[in-house]
Amino acid sequence: MSHHTLDVTNLGFAYPDGTVALTGVSFHLGHGESVAIVGANGAGKSTLLMHLNGFLSPSKGEVRIGGLPVTKHTVKDIRKTVGMVFQDPDDQLFMPTVAEDVAFGPMNLGLSPEEIDARVDEALSRVGSLALKDRPPYRLSGGEKRAVSIATVLAMSPSMLVLDEPSSNLDPRARRRLIALLATFEHTKVIATHDLDLALDLCERTIVMSGGTVTADGPTREIFCDDALLEASGLERPLALQACPVCARA
Amino acid sequence: MPSIEQGLYQLGQLDRLAYQDTAVHRLDPRAKVLTTLVFLVCVVSFGKYDVLPLLPFVLFPLVIASRGDLPIGFLMRKVLIVAPFAVVIGMFNPILDRTVVGQLGGLAITGGWVSFASILLRFSLTTIAALALIGTTSFTGVCMAIEKLGAPDVFATQMLLLYRYIFVLGEEGMRMTRARALRSFDGRGMGPRVYGQMMGSLLLRTYARAQRIYLAMLCRGFDGHVRVRARLRFTGRDAAFVLGWSAAFVLLRLYNVPLLVGQIVTGVPS
Repeated sequence: MSHHTLDVTNLGFAYPDGTVALTGVSFHLGHGESVAIVGANGAGKSTLLMHLNGFLSPSKGEVRIGGLPVTKHTVKDIRKTVGMVFQDPDDQLFMPTVAEDVAFGPMNLGLSPEEIDARVDEALSRVGSLALKDRPPYRLSGGEKRAVSIATVLAMSPSMLVLDEPSSNLDPRARRRLIALLATFEHTKVIATHDLDLALDLCERTIVMSGGTVTADGPTREIFCDDALLEASGLERPLALQACPVCARA
Repeated sequence: MPSIEQGLYQLGQLDRLAYQDTAVHRLDPRAKVLTTLVFLVCVVSFGKYDVLPLLPFVLFPLVIASRGDLPIGFLMRKVLIVAPFAVVIGMFNPILDRTVVGQLGGLAITGGWVSFASILLRFSLTTIAALALIGTTSFTGVCMAIEKLGAPDVFATQMLLLYRYIFVLGEEGMRMTRARALRSFDGRGMGPRVYGQMMGSLLLRTYARAQRIYLAMLCRGFDGHVRVRARLRFTGRDAAFVLGWSAAFVLLRLYNVPLLVGQIVTGVPS
């Protein structure tokens, strides 16, 4: 199952207006690994994610998914392998009903109607949203939208999940439920987030980005205890690693 | 601009009605679209001065609305909202066309008033039939039906996306107007200049969103065709619905049934 790996080598990217967004980004992700990409706003996280799916083509270096370089020719296969969950579920849910939306990907894969139905039901039950099947997306709560967005991607059976700010705009319970859900996935996961507690719960490894480059890459707990690094990258220790405000014990 | 809010709410209300489960809702969308189409063609094709033969057509939207559990009052209010358009179109008829065509009590009825009444009646009939169609089929259902009936794919896709994002766009506009109202005082800040800038920024936001949606679609293998999952089944019941109503419409179009009934009742052949 080598197609679950991700290799980014010396990746550089500048937007057409000359803004340099990424310089010399390199890392390797093994099968089933779960990594958090953290960094201040404008650190280049989103630009990096856009490369994992072939939306943007590198100005320098390359991205390989399962050993396959991401190019114009491979982009179709890459997109079957990499499931991308967008930050705003309203961008992701564009079909009139939840079921239609989850079926969108499988239908484009040209699967049989029975197979499509099976995949829709399976993906929706996986995220606990089977009951929402016939609802229009604009009548879902934020948490429900997020769960359904993830189902739309799961229905394509990707090997790798890329999530952009999965916990943004969720209430505490919905966020907790999302974390529990993501923990059940065995996919290789790349999670770009500001929610460092979520990163601590889900990812054994963290990549810190700052100014378009990787400034640290290592075990999550170690990185989040390195106050000098966090300060330099515009981050803060996750609450779980801060001293308790009541008893002042860490 | 609470009107955006109100508009969205009412659209949502029509949408909710469409998700009921009645015998009319369960009919194949194509059957309802076809029947409504025949209805519209028949109603619109009447002559300028026809009022009487149009009256029996009221039955169709009434039956659909009552069998489909749509509140008639709600539909009528919707018709009233758009009624000014029809009134404007017909308002000069009574002034321009003063030929006397009949007497009612001591009152001379001119051709202008008859044609005005005909326009209003046709307008109400067609609008209420369209609303009854959407209220029992859902906008999405109508789109799917016209696509399966052979309308171009692009057309159906446009309609589907339009309907999906009208709520998102409406809410975005609503938030912007709210934000403006909260920081505008004594009418300052509410002028057309700010309004224009707001529309511009809404357009740019829409453009950015369209790009993100397109990316999300590409991500899931979009190749230019939106495939709809729902498989429709056209049963004998649907065929009976289409044929029964259509036959009635055509008969009512060809024969002036109210007049015939009147003649039979009063025994006066014309």
